[in-house]
Amino acid sequence: MRKFLSGDEAFAEGVRLARPQVISAYPITPQTVVVERLSEMVGAGELDAEYMHVESEHTALAACIGAAAAGARTFTATSSQGLLYMAENLTYASGGRFPIVMMNANRATALPWNIYGDQRDSLSLLDHGWIQVYADTNQEALDLALMAYKLAESEDVMIPVMVNIDGFALTHTYEMVDVPTQEQADAFLPPYVTTNRFDFDNPVNIGYSAGPEYNRYFKFWEHHDTVDSLNAVERVEADFAQIFGRKYPGAVESYRCENADVILVTLGSIAGLARTTVDAYREAGIKAGMLRIRYLRPMPFAAIADALKGAKAVGVLEKDVSFGAEGTVFTNVNSALQQAGLFIPALNFVGGLGGDDISAAQMSGIYQCLCKFADDADFSCPRVSFLGIDSPADELGSATGVAANESEAE
Amino acid sequence: MKEILWHGRGGQGAFTAARLLGAAGAFPEGRYSLAFPSFGPERRGAPMRAFTKVDTRPVGDRSAVAKADYVVYLDDTLVGEDWASELKPGGKVLVNSFHGFDDARIISIDADGISREILGRPIPNTVFVAAILALDPLFAHDDVVRSVHEYMPAKLHAKNLAIIEAVLAEFKQFQETGASAHIIGA
Repeated sequence: MRKFLSGDEAFAEGVRLARPQVISAYPITPQTVVVERLSEMVGAGELDAEYMHVESEHTALAACIGAAAAGARTFTATSSQGLLYMAENLTYASGGRFPIVMMNANRATALPWNIYGDQRDSLSLLDHGWIQVYADTNQEALDLALMAYKLAESEDVMIPVMVNIDGFALTHTYEMVDVPTQEQADAFLPPYVTTNRFDFDNPVNIGYSAGPEYNRYFKFWEHHDTVDSLNAVERVEADFAQIFGRKYPGAVESYRCENADVILVTLGSIAGLARTTVDAYREAGIKAGMLRIRYLRPMPFAAIADALKGAKAVGVLEKDVSFGAEGTVFTNVNSALQQAGLFIPALNFVGGLGGDDISAAQMSGIYQCLCKFADDADFSCPRVSFLGIDSPADELGSATGVAANESEAE
Repeated sequence: MKEILWHGRGGQGAFTAARLLGAAGAFPEGRYSLAFPSFGPERRGAPMRAFTKVDTRPVGDRSAVAKADYVVYLDDTLVGEDWASELKPGGKVLVNSFHGFDDARIISIDADGISREILGRPIPNTVFVAAILALDPLFAHDDVVRSVHEYMPAKLHAKNLAIIEAVLAEFKQFQETGASAHIIGA
């Protein structure tokens, strides 16, 4: 059934269809609507779940861990400082191999305090053992709610999943979304059954300690199981396509990257603007492409290198920076290139911080920047530049050139 | 792409209007739309904006509308000196006012008057949904009615549908005779 929903509302529909048994969350902008809707659904009897009201995000995740240890399917959601407050428990969930699903509404982190969207919250926690996936649209957000459970609970995975949806740009933006039926969802996602739980008949050790002689094995397997979960992503998406008719492209979405001279790598909903800009450039005869990273953990190194291998210049646009280094996604993409033996000149564009709009003109400027970087040895651009401050993309985009909006005009 | 920029004050229903029109625009097969408010804390009475974008392909640009086909002011005190800078060539400004403006691009609609007559309170938002329906063939009557049914609380359906019909009738009269009780075009 098609419904005009915000990202938060769409995600809540996806969670409802997944039939979690325990929901525990603390409200925070811009995540609030998700937990409000779920609370209403539980209150109205539309969703047979235990809704635990807690005093903090730290406890919200602790409650999910406890419920998961009792064998329950669990859900929590948070954002920004709430996610950071959960950080201690993130590694309990991942190390304990509890397949919890969390929605994170991507939002700036303090200080300065700011409620708007960027990606510094989740990207700062890439190393905490959770699978991280980033949605592009509200439809993908809803679908990921279902796919996240199937992925997390796969016997060969058993890793918690954080589904990231851009604060405001998705959470508070309405678009038409197909809401599947409960029958479809049930056919896709069977009830959660696990041996990784408290069970008097089959007692196992849960929440254990492991000294130096064993600790490395736990971490070794945690790493390798996460790497191998790339296979499970494809398997889950194939199952999903069969039942729902929507086909997702795996850990990355490659858009017109074939024979592209310049490719922008990005993640989240800003990919939409990159896509329309690529179309405008292609119409103007410029070979541009866009690569959207959907799963950042597990890191799809090979798929990224494969998509980028023919490019003359690569850009990475991300809504974060690792202070004193560079954008974290940029670091990861460069590792993919290095592992494949590719030396492709690459630039890092940091933008959208604290909810800053990334305009069609700026996106056009980024592509012009990459074209110049590919062709003109005298063109100088900082390796890491900030949109709206010191990025050559600002000036290049405001000058006449291919603007995404021109081709869209009717 | 058709873009609508809504100016209003918290409580006037600007975002509801943006959403109703966005849903109506996306009902037909092969149509896509976005509707979103200017982001931030909501405060009754404070100036706010909302946006509707409708296209024949997925709308990639999620940034605020800078230049619109229709710029709507639910409160005429929000019309600033540089109102024309937000308008695309050929675009129209629709203002909730019973005063005329000396510019062919501006249409005044006494939306407070219309809504007060029907609702008993001046809530002008659906007046402008109807005005854009009257002015732009992109939107279909049935889709706007369906949008009201699906995305407004049931108790508001009858009166808001009555507002929509009243506004359509006013526009018809205005387009035929150049005059109506509630609409002033320059």
